[in-house]
Amino acid sequence: MIHARGLARTFRKKKQEVHAVVGVDLDVEAGEIVGFLGPNGAGKTTTLRMLTTLLEPTAGTATVAGCDLITDPVGVRRRIGYVSQSGSTAPEARAGEEVVDHARLYGMSTAEATERGKQLFRELDLDGLWERQPKTMSGGQRRRLDIAVGLIHIPELVFLDEPTTGLDPQARANLWQHISSLREQRGTTVFLTTHYLDEADALCDRILVIDHGAIVAEGTPDQLKSQVGGDVLTVTAADSAQMAGIARLMGMLPGAEAPQLVEDRVIGRVPHGGAALVELVRGLDREGLAVSGIESRRPSLDDVFLGLTGRSLRDAGAAEPAAEVAV
Amino acid sequence: MHTLLRDTWTVFARAMRMSLRNPAWLVISLMQPILYIVLFGPLLEPLSGQLGPGNAYQIFVPGILVQLGIFGALFVGFGLIAEYRAGVIESQRVTPASRTALLLGRVLRDVVVLLVQGTLLVLVSIPLGLRAPFLGVVLTLIVIALLGAAFASVSYALALTLKSEDAFAPLLNAFVLPVLLLSGILLPMTLAPGWLQTVSDVNPLKHVVEGTREFFVGGYDTSTAWWGAALTVVLAVLGWAFGVRRFRRESS
Repeated sequence: MIHARGLARTFRKKKQEVHAVVGVDLDVEAGEIVGFLGPNGAGKTTTLRMLTTLLEPTAGTATVAGCDLITDPVGVRRRIGYVSQSGSTAPEARAGEEVVDHARLYGMSTAEATERGKQLFRELDLDGLWERQPKTMSGGQRRRLDIAVGLIHIPELVFLDEPTTGLDPQARANLWQHISSLREQRGTTVFLTTHYLDEADALCDRILVIDHGAIVAEGTPDQLKSQVGGDVLTVTAADSAQMAGIARLMGMLPGAEAPQLVEDRVIGRVPHGGAALVELVRGLDREGLAVSGIESRRPSLDDVFLGLTGRSLRDAGAAEPAAEVAV
Repeated sequence: MHTLLRDTWTVFARAMRMSLRNPAWLVISLMQPILYIVLFGPLLEPLSGQLGPGNAYQIFVPGILVQLGIFGALFVGFGLIAEYRAGVIESQRVTPASRTALLLGRVLRDVVVLLVQGTLLVLVSIPLGLRAPFLGVVLTLIVIALLGAAFASVSYALALTLKSEDAFAPLLNAFVLPVLLLSGILLPMTLAPGWLQTVSDVNPLKHVVEGTREFFVGGYDTSTAWWGAALTVVLAVLGWAFGVRRFRRESS
């Protein structure tokens, strides 16, 4: 569905070259839900804008939905849907009219567009909002309206740019369901960007991790997590003076890597969290080290990200926004 | 071609519908030309002897029409910035719709609005004392439709480039005031001292205004009228080309 090789984009800003995307290779098969994960500034939006014909690549080639991105952008546009972060409807317009007008730009008749639009409104729980102005809708409703607009021409491939950013947890979970059902009910291929790990984890068959304008890892959420190796042990020290002692004990566990000290926590990785936990508790007890908390957990995608990029996705979220600004 | 027309119609109908639904916009845009005529026109009546041939309204109404065509159209970009921010422009650009249609449909809406305003302005002036040949009025409305299309395209292109009201507003103000003062729109430049006339001679809009004033007194075959018409066509072609170029470019 998407095959890109060496896709790159360089911007010129005040005589300085900014390499927003340095060379992305990616393949997405029909019917997949693929997550494109990375912090702000990593090149997510730039890549997405290239794949949706909004931005011309400075290098590389790609076929999207069977059409060449460079030589047949109109063919690509006909076959894809794009739901951007910034929305798609005028706040003062009426929802239904925006949907129908959008469909007409794909050559659909008003009658056909109205029928299809109303059906999408039912599927996306937007019943009764056909005449409403988008400015009077809730954030979740507006996002679903954007999705209805993006799907009105029944695209085989849909791009969702940060679909749940700014939504409350309930609206997010609801939107995830709608996104999953796109594939289940119509076999739509979904390519979505996100900087939420739980979103990628819950929704995607496969994840591509982008950092500094290049793909640094790809695989299923489980494959990526198993790259981290083992489970994560976290011990919160009751007395920070004893952290070194706790770290020494944790480091002596079978197969353990050197633990890290983060604030009042000692964090280490071990192959088998359950067994290690028991041994660790015994050791702590023997040496009289006081702890206020202890846990063993499966690695999250955040751990994967930390391992791949040396940055936590949460911390990285705020940093380096410059290159991601829509251009 | 068929797609271009259909897409243009879709974009035009959408823009028109949204304009008509905004009652405040409707009242303000119709009141403005009337205010000019009713509150400023009478000031010129006692001066009409010094202003040249025809009565005060034959001089004043064409000027106000041109002003409407240029400066009304220049401000349409603000609406586009709002649409851009709402994501509408980008969502239209991922459709297979013709890029030209995305501009043309909006410009057509502006031209229709302009023609309605212009016609209203002429009608309101008649009871106040405007006497002008029908053909001259029609030719003038054609001129302002062309000018309006050109300046609306320029406005949209600049808005799409700047994408911010804060950058767009000062740019417009820097342009509008000197051009307005040097175009003889409010008072004919024949009243000006020599140096000021010379400066205003390089302003094509001055010649456009003078041309439409000729139309209003029936001087269709004068060189002033021809110059005005020719410059209008040149401005229309340039403005339109500038707008289309910007809209066709990728990565906007």
